[in-house]
Amino acid sequence: MNNAISIKNIKKTYPKTGILALEDFSLEIADGELFGLIGPDGAGKTTLFRILTTLILPDFGTAKVAGFDIIKQLWDIRKIVGYMPGKFSLYQDLTVEENLRFFATVFNTSVEANYDLIEDIYVQLQPFKNRRAGKLSGGMKQKLALCCALIHQPRVLFLDEPTTGVDPVSRKEFWDMLDQLKRKGISILVSTPYMDEAARCDRIALLQKGQVLDVDTYEGILLKNQKPMLALRSAHMFKLLTDLRRFPATERCYSFGSVHHLVLKAGYPYRENELMDYLQNLGHEDIVCQKIKAEIEDVFIDLMSGVA
Amino acid sequence: MNKLITIETRDLTKRFGNFTAVDAISFKVYEGEIFGFLGANGAGKTTAMRMLCGLLTPTSGQALVAGYDIYRQPNQLKAHIGYMSQKFSLYPNLTARENMTFYAGIYGMKRKEIGDKVHSLIKSLGVEKYSDMQVHNLPLGWKQKISFMTAIIHNPKIVFLDEPTGGVDPITRRQFWDMIYEAADRGITVFVTTHYMDEAEYCDRVSMMVDGAIAALDTPEALKTRYSVASMNDVFIQLARKANRSAV
Repeated sequence: MNNAISIKNIKKTYPKTGILALEDFSLEIADGELFGLIGPDGAGKTTLFRILTTLILPDFGTAKVAGFDIIKQLWDIRKIVGYMPGKFSLYQDLTVEENLRFFATVFNTSVEANYDLIEDIYVQLQPFKNRRAGKLSGGMKQKLALCCALIHQPRVLFLDEPTTGVDPVSRKEFWDMLDQLKRKGISILVSTPYMDEAARCDRIALLQKGQVLDVDTYEGILLKNQKPMLALRSAHMFKLLTDLRRFPATERCYSFGSVHHLVLKAGYPYRENELMDYLQNLGHEDIVCQKIKAEIEDVFIDLMSGVA
Repeated sequence: MNKLITIETRDLTKRFGNFTAVDAISFKVYEGEIFGFLGANGAGKTTAMRMLCGLLTPTSGQALVAGYDIYRQPNQLKAHIGYMSQKFSLYPNLTARENMTFYAGIYGMKRKEIGDKVHSLIKSLGVEKYSDMQVHNLPLGWKQKISFMTAIIHNPKIVFLDEPTGGVDPITRRQFWDMIYEAADRGITVFVTTHYMDEAEYCDRVSMMVDGAIAALDTPEALKTRYSVASMNDVFIQLARKANRSAV
């Protein structure tokens, strides 16, 4: 069986700026998989989407989508992929319903023929079907863009940062929708800068500056990238952060919500008393310290520190 | 307590036609405080923030920001606040140095003063090697740091940050918060919106808007205790679920 997406040694540089967007990039995504590209701005996510949807050419390397070559068989690919770009790209002056009909027509089909696939999402838009797309809220625009990307029953769906700037509740709902689509057999490649969303994917690739830092399941990535780590808090969190960074055995220390995560230098024999004495001597009160497991952002920070 | 109040609103309301975007919100923010302004998309955060910045006239209610009345003194008010949005803060075709110099001039700083200030900011940020590149060529993380420094170049009493960290990598995101802490340490009040709930934990107090009203306002610790949950993410979800109006 073909993989949904197969990428081999892709390289892409933008000549004007000289920016190297992707460097010797390879990745295999199985049929029916919900695959996440996790990485910050500048990781190369959008460039990869544009290459796979046949909008730009790589400098080097090959890729296949649903078995079709991105260069020789671009017209085959364009018929069977759905693409939701990061930037809202629907017609602002057309209504919700007009946009949907337009995209169906472009793909030689009708809204009615494919309504099953979008029904769950479209019912939420129905009350506003006569509203112009440009007048919708962020969350509603996102739902409409997803409907338009789905209206020709694509085999592979590309979603470029669909949840950026979206609040936590709407983000959760969006991922629930993706679960539904996956169950209908659509392969999905989705990118996000929110690392907690990695947990919603079958597998993920952590990306930084055009390179793959790691590929695995969410649990797999956490499991193999564990390092001894402490979570600390005290009455004065900002001072605590500065002081922990000055502690001689500190490899690095960053804030994680209500606590700071501290990674000690490799080979340092951890003695809790030593650290406590150090902090108490600096006047810290109400210190709470416990051993913890690395979260996805800890792992990302760890891996990206190795790339420099 | 003798904490100085930098923002005070009473029943601040904004209606568009028969739609009440902001519904009688009353709250206080203190000097040097990091105040997180949370809410779902469409809850009314941007409208409230635009009123506090003197960009939008309220329908009713009162507000004093940095000591100025938002109805009668919107222009004096603007001179004493800084504002940074994710979408537009810097001129892409100007360099970091030019952007800072330009904004400092707009805020009425003196020529001599501007040169020194820009020089010291660039040095403190460690962006010497980027300071003469057009900002559109810079990585997003640097743009955001430079935007923040530009927003506080005139030593405002309050800086408003609208989703300042969207899309940046986890290290840069934390470095950005180090800058926020330092600014607050110097006495600048920080009023910030974010969709990263771990960042809500960094705030001294947070408010949560639901359907145009403030549904809760307290320290992150107190909110987590009140709703018996472990994280601000869960607090957010509990409160936002109570919303009646969908984000339209």
